[in-house]
Amino acid sequence: MSFNRRTFLTGTACLAGASVLPRAAIAADSIKLGSILDTSGIFDAYGKPMDMAMRLAINEINAAGGLLGKQVDVVAYDTQSDMALYTQYAQQLTRQDDVDVVHGGILSASREAIRQTMRKTNTLYFYNVQYEGGVCDRNIFITGVTPAQQVEVLVPYALKNSGKKVYILAADYNYGQITARWIQKFVGDNGGETVSVDFFPLDVSDFGSTIAKIQTVGPDLVFAPLVGGNHLSFFRQWAAAGMNKRIPLASTTMGAGNDHKVLTPDEGDGIMVAYNYSQELDTPANNSFKEKWATAYGDSNLIHELAVSTYQGVMAWAEAVRQAGTIDRDDLIVTLEKGLSIDGPAGKVTIDPQTHHAVLDVHIMEIENQGMRVIETLPQRQPIDTQEVCDLQANPDDNTQYEIEI
Amino acid sequence: MDLSVVILVEFLYAIASLILISAGLAVIFGMMKVINLAHGEFMMMGGYATITAVNAGVNIFFAMLVIAPITIGLIGLIIERLIIRRLYGRLIDTMLATWGLSLFFIGLAKMIFGNTTTGVSTPIPGLSIGDYQINGYNFFIIIIGFIVLALMLFVLKGTRAGLIARGTMQIPEMAAALGCSPDRVYLVTFFCGAALSGLAGAILAPLVGLTPSSGATYIAEAFITVIAGGPALIIGLLSSASFFGTINQLFTFAISPIVGEVMLLVSAVILLRLLPQGITSKFFKGKF
Repeated sequence: MSFNRRTFLTGTACLAGASVLPRAAIAADSIKLGSILDTSGIFDAYGKPMDMAMRLAINEINAAGGLLGKQVDVVAYDTQSDMALYTQYAQQLTRQDDVDVVHGGILSASREAIRQTMRKTNTLYFYNVQYEGGVCDRNIFITGVTPAQQVEVLVPYALKNSGKKVYILAADYNYGQITARWIQKFVGDNGGETVSVDFFPLDVSDFGSTIAKIQTVGPDLVFAPLVGGNHLSFFRQWAAAGMNKRIPLASTTMGAGNDHKVLTPDEGDGIMVAYNYSQELDTPANNSFKEKWATAYGDSNLIHELAVSTYQGVMAWAEAVRQAGTIDRDDLIVTLEKGLSIDGPAGKVTIDPQTHHAVLDVHIMEIENQGMRVIETLPQRQPIDTQEVCDLQANPDDNTQYEIEI
Repeated sequence: MDLSVVILVEFLYAIASLILISAGLAVIFGMMKVINLAHGEFMMMGGYATITAVNAGVNIFFAMLVIAPITIGLIGLIIERLIIRRLYGRLIDTMLATWGLSLFFIGLAKMIFGNTTTGVSTPIPGLSIGDYQINGYNFFIIIIGFIVLALMLFVLKGTRAGLIARGTMQIPEMAAALGCSPDRVYLVTFFCGAALSGLAGAILAPLVGLTPSSGATYIAEAFITVIAGGPALIIGLLSSASFFGTINQLFTFAISPIVGEVMLLVSAVILLRLLPQGITSKFFKGKF
């Protein structure tokens, strides 16, 4: 028997066709949620708990009878911390798997890699991560905090606890630069003065000279939106020089990926942060969330800001499906734009109709004994940075990520 | 006054850490002519060895100065037997083989320790110099850096083992004819080089957040220092580390850490254009 390319092709085409048929029949009575996250590679410390949170939310939804009488199926792809795989899997999710909604993306680069594919294929997209703000696109909903939401509450608190002269050390890419600008603005608004701003590429891990330089300037407060494993060295070297006892530190990033658990209590204690979530948040919602997580995964140590954002994102989408009574994209957007809100582990989450970002509770916290002790809760903070540039009610066809000028 | 002391310490620290980072490579690449692209991973493993030992309750100084170098030395021993000894004298092949090894070790560390950042805190508290606070651990690095250099000088110049090693690296056939087994000399020398790399990784571990891919941060600086040093091992290491450390810190203090890094690389390019064989091909000739 001869086996050439033509017979091979017909054979596989038949096979492929046969495998599609029954699946299409099943698809009618289930809803498909696509997930696209780095669950391996250098970003897996962020991605793995996000994936766990997404599955936890879906299991909960399915256990309660699913949505619209149908079960929700997860179609998940691991992008292995490789930006090229995002575009590839985004195509697969939207064109082959034909999912009803996509949750995922971690770095801003990964979000921008898939956002246009989602828009073109009319697939509703949720990005559940703390990021630099400014994305204005009717097809996307963003449930993470933006710099202004954190900085607006953190700066006055930090200034009150230190003094007026602020030294900023930021990561040298768009997140750090934009956040540094917001810090400067709010420092000025609160009667403080920014004495210096230094930017560090992500591979810098030696901060000895910087620490000496900071001392020659002698600020009252150091603000450090630094990012990643190398930058963690700053907090360590700062403590090793004994500076943590002299000048207070504040950060918008320390702890978002549970990195505060790497520092010893002596190194980390006293760093001021502001987030939507903390494991130490003592509310019934958070306690029951931690219990659910521990039942599913053994213990609740891995929960972090981004995981909770993901959980809240999936829950917000599910609530919209329930209220709209359909999974049609346009109807869901209209429902979400009514200012839909849910109660998540970190408090109430409300969708802002103007920007498709989230109005969230922001907690001022201090790192204490490898945890984040909640000092003050500021309910329902608006994403004021993105609101300044983005109005999807007035321009529904907008499709830009704005660089916010201050 | 206080500031100048602080700055002096930072300069010495920069030089000493360059010496530490490059010492292992100076032996493996400078002496043995094996382009060890897994050098950074040897350091990374030294760091993990320290952290693992400290978490198991071992004293941190013992972990850094004894456990880490011996562990990495032994790993080096196995690699030498299995792979490197078949490749002596084949520069390009050693590069490929050690590059593969570097990927292997990164993967292995990811499997064992996971992909998250870990670390230990520094065992020495900060000091005050006048109005300034300074990292007390810097002094430890300075001292260890110069002890390592002195020890290398003593072993290579002052002992019979060092003489045999140098001779074997120059003309292995002659060493064999005189009754030394080049095979064993290579083995021991590689062990020492790997142990020095492990030591460097261990000493620097408390200052950084360690991940399996941390090794990559050191490899460029290490190669530049060793290559710019030139043929004389110890003096070359000292002079190029001093040169690059000074340039780096000068621009770091004057402008910013990024400019410091950039100027280090720019000065390396200029230096190698003027002295393609390294500093010691022109200065300190015939010295050690």
